[in-house]
Order: sequence, then C-alpha cells, then structure tokens
Amino acid sequence: MKLVLTEEQQFLKDTAQQFARDKTPVEHFRKLRDANDQQKWSQETWMEMVELGWSSILIPEEYGGSEFGVSGLCVVLQELGKTLTPSPLFATGVLGVSAINALGSDQQKKDLFKGILDGSLTTALAIDEKPHHKPFFNSTIAKKDGDKYVINGKKIFVIDGASASHIIVIARTSGNEDDIEGLTAFIIPSNLPGLKISTLSLADSRNYAAVELDNLEVLANSRLGQEGAASGALESILDLGRIAIASEMLGMTEEAFEITNNYLKERKQFGVLIGSFQALQHRAAKMFCEIELSKSAILAAMFAADSNSNDLRRLASLAKFQVGETLHEVSNESVQMHGGIGVTDEYDIGLYLKRARVTEQIFGSADFHQNRYADLSGF
Amino acid sequence: MSQLESFRQEVKDWLAENCPPSMKTPMPEDEVVWGGRNAIYKNPESKLWLDRMGEKGWTGPEVPKEYGGGGLNRDEIKILNQELFAIGARPALNSFGIWMLIPVLLEYGSEEQKLNFIPKILKGEIRWCQGYSEPGSGSDLASLATKAEDCGDHYLVNGQKVWTSYADQADWIFALVRTGPKEPKHDGISFLLIDMADSGVSTKPITLISGKSPFCETFFDNVKVPKENIVGEENKGWTIAKALLQHERNFISSFGLGGSADVPGRSGMGGIVQIAKSYIGEKDSKISDGYFRGKVAAHKMKEQAFGLTLQRAGDEGGKASATSSIFKYYGTEHNKNRFELILAAMGTQALGWEGEGFTESELSKTRAWLRTKANSIEGGTSEIQLNVIAKRVLGLPV
Repeated sequence: MKLVLTEEQQFLKDTAQQFARDKTPVEHFRKLRDANDQQKWSQETWMEMVELGWSSILIPEEYGGSEFGVSGLCVVLQELGKTLTPSPLFATGVLGVSAINALGSDQQKKDLFKGILDGSLTTALAIDEKPHHKPFFNSTIAKKDGDKYVINGKKIFVIDGASASHIIVIARTSGNEDDIEGLTAFIIPSNLPGLKISTLSLADSRNYAAVELDNLEVLANSRLGQEGAASGALESILDLGRIAIASEMLGMTEEAFEITNNYLKERKQFGVLIGSFQALQHRAAKMFCEIELSKSAILAAMFAADSNSNDLRRLASLAKFQVGETLHEVSNESVQMHGGIGVTDEYDIGLYLKRARVTEQIFGSADFHQNRYADLSGF
Repeated sequence: MSQLESFRQEVKDWLAENCPPSMKTPMPEDEVVWGGRNAIYKNPESKLWLDRMGEKGWTGPEVPKEYGGGGLNRDEIKILNQELFAIGARPALNSFGIWMLIPVLLEYGSEEQKLNFIPKILKGEIRWCQGYSEPGSGSDLASLATKAEDCGDHYLVNGQKVWTSYADQADWIFALVRTGPKEPKHDGISFLLIDMADSGVSTKPITLISGKSPFCETFFDNVKVPKENIVGEENKGWTIAKALLQHERNFISSFGLGGSADVPGRSGMGGIVQIAKSYIGEKDSKISDGYFRGKVAAHKMKEQAFGLTLQRAGDEGGKASATSSIFKYYGTEHNKNRFELILAAMGTQALGWEGEGFTESELSKTRAWLRTKANSIEGGTSEIQLNVIAKRVLGLPV
C-alpha cells in the first residue's frame, strides 16, 4: 500500500483546511473559552460540519453515511487540529459511530445514525475510571433485573460528557474488575434520572465530565450488542479513537512547529534573527525529523484501519506513541523558543501546550503504547 | 496474470535456477563480495552468484539496460528485492560504484564514460573508493586543496585524501580536486576519475577505534590523469559532489533499518529483542527487565516509523535533496543507539576485544559498536545534516 493520500482524501483535507482557516481560526476557540460556555463548542459550527458530511464519514452507506473511511476522517481532524477547533467530531463521529456500528442492532443503527446524520444526536464514550488509561479495568456494574439493567459506578475523563445527548457506558455484566471478558456497552440518554454528570474543567478548556451512575435503571433495549460483546469490540473502537486523536495531534504538532519556525525568522536579538543561532536550528531540525516520522506513522495506521490490516493494533499504538512523543517535545520547545511571550495567555502557543498534554492522555499515553507495542510484538 | 505477477514468477524461476545453495545462507564477514581486480573469492559460489547477477543486470536493477543494468521500474525492483529477501539471498555485490558513482555518471557523465565504466562496475570488475575529505577539509569539504594542474592533454594531480574507504583494495578512485585555485572555493572544484594503479598513487590504512581499517589515507604525487576522466565540466564539480553525497547519505541511512554497521541489507547481527531475551532474561515471553524492555520497544517503534518514512519518500517519488539529510541524520543516530542497546543488553559479554571467554558473535558486537561511531561522521556529520535541514527545508537564516 502506498503511503500517499488518494485524490478524494486530499480533497477532504483541502476542504477541512479551508474550513478551519475561514470559520475556526484559533480565535474561534479562544472566544468559546473566554465566554465560559459549558459546551465549549459552537452548535452553529457543528451544524456546518454535519452539513459537510463529516459527522457521518464512518457511517456505512446503507445508513446514509459517506464511507470516506477512517483516512477521510483523520485528514479532517488533522486540519481541525491545526487551529485547535473544538467540536463533537471525535466523540460522536469517531467514537460514537464506531461503537454503534460495531455493536448496535440494525434498529439501533437506523435510529441513532439518523440523529448523527442530522446533527441532533451527540455521544460521549464513558470508559476510563482511573487517572491512567486501562481499558479493561472496569468496576462499573450492570445487573440484569427482568427487562431492565441497574447500573452502578463512576467514570472520569469522559470526552464531551458535559454536552452529549447520549452517553455510551462500558459496564461489567460479569467477571472481576480486571477481566477482559464480561464487558457490555449501553447507550443512555444523558437526561435519565440516576445519571449524574459533572462538568470537569481541564487545562485545555474543552468539554469533559465525570459520570456517576447511581442505581441507574435502563431498559434492555439500550444495550449495544449482546451481553459481554463490548469486550471483543472495545480494542477496535479504541484503536480507531487512538488513530483519530493522533491525527488531530499531528495537526497541532505541525502548526505549533510552523508558528515557532516563523517566529525564529522574525524575532531579532543581538542584532540578528534568532533563527540564525545553531543551538536553535539544530533543535528545530530534529523536531522536523520527528514530525516526518509522525506523518508516516499516521498514514500507515489510518490506511491499516481502512484495509483491516492484521497489523492494525501495533500501527495504532505506533501512531499514538510517535505523535504523542513528538507533540510533547514540540509543544515544550515551542514555548521555550518563544521566550517570554510564549508563556503569556495572549499568545496562542501556550494553548497548544495545554491541549497537547490532555490529548497525550487520551486512550493511552506514549508509555502505555510503548508497553502495548512490546506485548503485541512478543517481547 | 498481470504484468507484475508474471514478472514475479519470472524472478522466482530465475532465482530457483541461478542462486547457488550457499548463497541462501547467512554471510560470514569474510565472504562479503566487493569485486574488483584484486578480489579473492573464498567461496567460489560467491563468484558464480556475482557473475550470474551481473550478467542479468540485477546488481543494478534500476540502471538502464544499454549500460548493463536491469532496466527495471520501481515496482519491479520492489518485487525483485522481495523475492531475494524471501529466499534469504546474500547481496551479490557490495559496491560504492553502484551505490554512489553510477547514479552520478548517469546524470553527469559523458556517453563514453557511461559505456566504459557502468557495465564493468555492475559486473564487479572495478572496485571504487571515494576521495573527498582531506586532512584540512572535513565538514568544510569545499575548502579542499588537492590540486589538478592543466597540462594540455592531462591533469597533474598532487595532494592528499583521507577517509578513503578501502582505498588499499580499490582499483579506481572518484576524487574531488581543485582545478581553479583562484576561483571562490565552491567554483574551483572538479570531479575526477583516477586509476589507483597509476604511478604516484599510494595508500596507507588508518586503524580505527574498532581495531579495523576500513579507511585509508591516499596520496597523489605527480599523478597524470587523462583529461577524458573528468566528469562534467571543469570547475563545476561541486554540484556533482553534492549529488553524490545525497546517494552516499541515502545508503548510509539504510543502516537505520537494522542492517549491520558496514554492509546494508546484511543480517546476522542478531536482533536486539533476541539479544535482550537471551542475555537479560525472559519471563512469559517478555524481556524480564521492564525498564530495558521499554527502551527496546521505543527503539523498535522509532525504527518502524523511520522505515515507513523511507517508504513514503519512495511512494511520493520526490527526490527533494534535503530528504537525504533527514535520513542520513536519523538512520545513523538510530544505528548508534541500536548498538548502545545491544551493548547494554549483553553487559560485559559485549566488551570482549579478542581471544577466550567470548564467542565470535560477541566479539563482533564490540567491533561493530565502535564502527557505528563513524556512521554519524562519514558522509557528512550529523551536525552538517542538521544544518542542511535547518537551512534548506526550514528556511532558517544563515
């Protein structure tokens, strides 16, 4: 498989780039942040994205989606990442759609995809319970009671949890809290009594929540797939999430680097441009090399997802690791190379740093994926 | 069957018939084939393999057929390499002539030079060395002082080169010489082909920290070089020099993919994973030291991402000059890191110099580790590569 974008993917990327420049420059995010808006993304902008078909890229054609594939969605996220564009595209268009698609019944798909296609339905995936991503650690218990389930537990770091119309909860229907087997997914309207959603305010000023399920009663038809089916589907859903968020992170990396490289060409000290200093040039050149490696890792991972490659898991970990480490370095160096203005709120570069650290944690840090890669490689 | 599929079948059939049995076994150091007038073939099948591959043109699959190459396109070359890899075939020929000189001759050489030299290089009949650096001109290569005086039908060459790889075994040297002493330094350099058998050429091996002598000093004392041996125009050699450096950097960067320190594509050094498992220990098929396991994982991931980037550069079909600097920098630094990891994994067993108490393989690691230290110096230091990236790719000011 060639590691170059198809014409169709390039077209989507160009469209998203234009969109981000025109509609959602960094100023757009800054305004939402400063307005202290709880949703942290703009309904109007989201509807425009829906109009463009981005929310339904992963929805199968038979349910009205466009089927541009994971790669199509990744290039859009990459461009939106460049301007720190907030939107439900990741939580709904990637996580929600792929969970429903992997686990849902035909009827559920029809009903739920309809809402995602018209923009009225947004989702949040409630999975993490600990400060470190550990996908199969799950102490949220769903107990069957006649035609209902009673769910108890607590989830943290739920992306878009503060605004989603539906929460997808991964709960345990059997086994112990560390077992891989026994996990079941439920899709629950967020206004249900017994569901306590508390907004979490994180450094990147995006939309997060903690979700508490206190004797929450749900009907059996809110279960996605069979009991225990989430165990098998979870890694695939998460891997798509990892590749998608890594794509957004790549866009952030590229942009933070670009902003910094430009600054090196305009800032003068000691009567010369600071970009003429070899100490800075070499650090910039090293970062550039890592960015090139990151681009390749993303392309390989997203193409692997679209072709159901049997190396998908390793490539997803490779992408999240490589981009995670690179963004970490670039976000730090970008602030440092800007000097004093780099640590001011007024200047954009600090926004990239804050967003960087949060995204690094989403579905596994670089350390997590290093470990997973070793496991999958047999050492 | 598609054209490519039938080509694959053709390759398979040809290899089945023509690759001698011992050429499908791991290659010991003393059976590496470099060709040339003075070559000694310890294993006669190496010579047979070289002759067959050379005759077929597959020692230079991308070189046009009229110059004795394979005339294959990118996809066909990929297939050929896959099939060679599949049967574990040894490289038929290692050659600076193929890796560096042929691409430059194809681009800048005269028709006579192409017809005269390329087929012989591909058949392994002439072995080349590279005369670039001088004692006073390392990173600042363009300051070189070896002079070539115009004496009518020939140049008279005087001076000294250093870091000429295997000059003591080479038949010919491609050298940068100063033909324009009064011109600005980049504009007075020419690219000259010199027969090492000419009178006035002498060499002296340099012993490296590894104890081996892959490099020499080469001296030119009133050497007469016929004028037809200049490649390109007089005083226009710097452009050619830079083009050749790109090819050199590309091939050195392939070390980053896990080849040995000296010869790309040659396996048998043992992977870091296997080494770590056997010297550190293994538990539930994992390297038992969790901290070291993490380091190995990070190394392998970087390696895969680097390999994907090489692949992408090929897929994009671009020949941006700066990409060779990226790969040279990254590949050689990665290779150094690999050997530091191997050393760390093997502990004291990786520090043997010679004699009892160590296996051959262990002793070779010590030497190979030391050899890698030159990887990020030869062909332009890492610092020079970073300068090139900063200036030519990132557009940072001088």
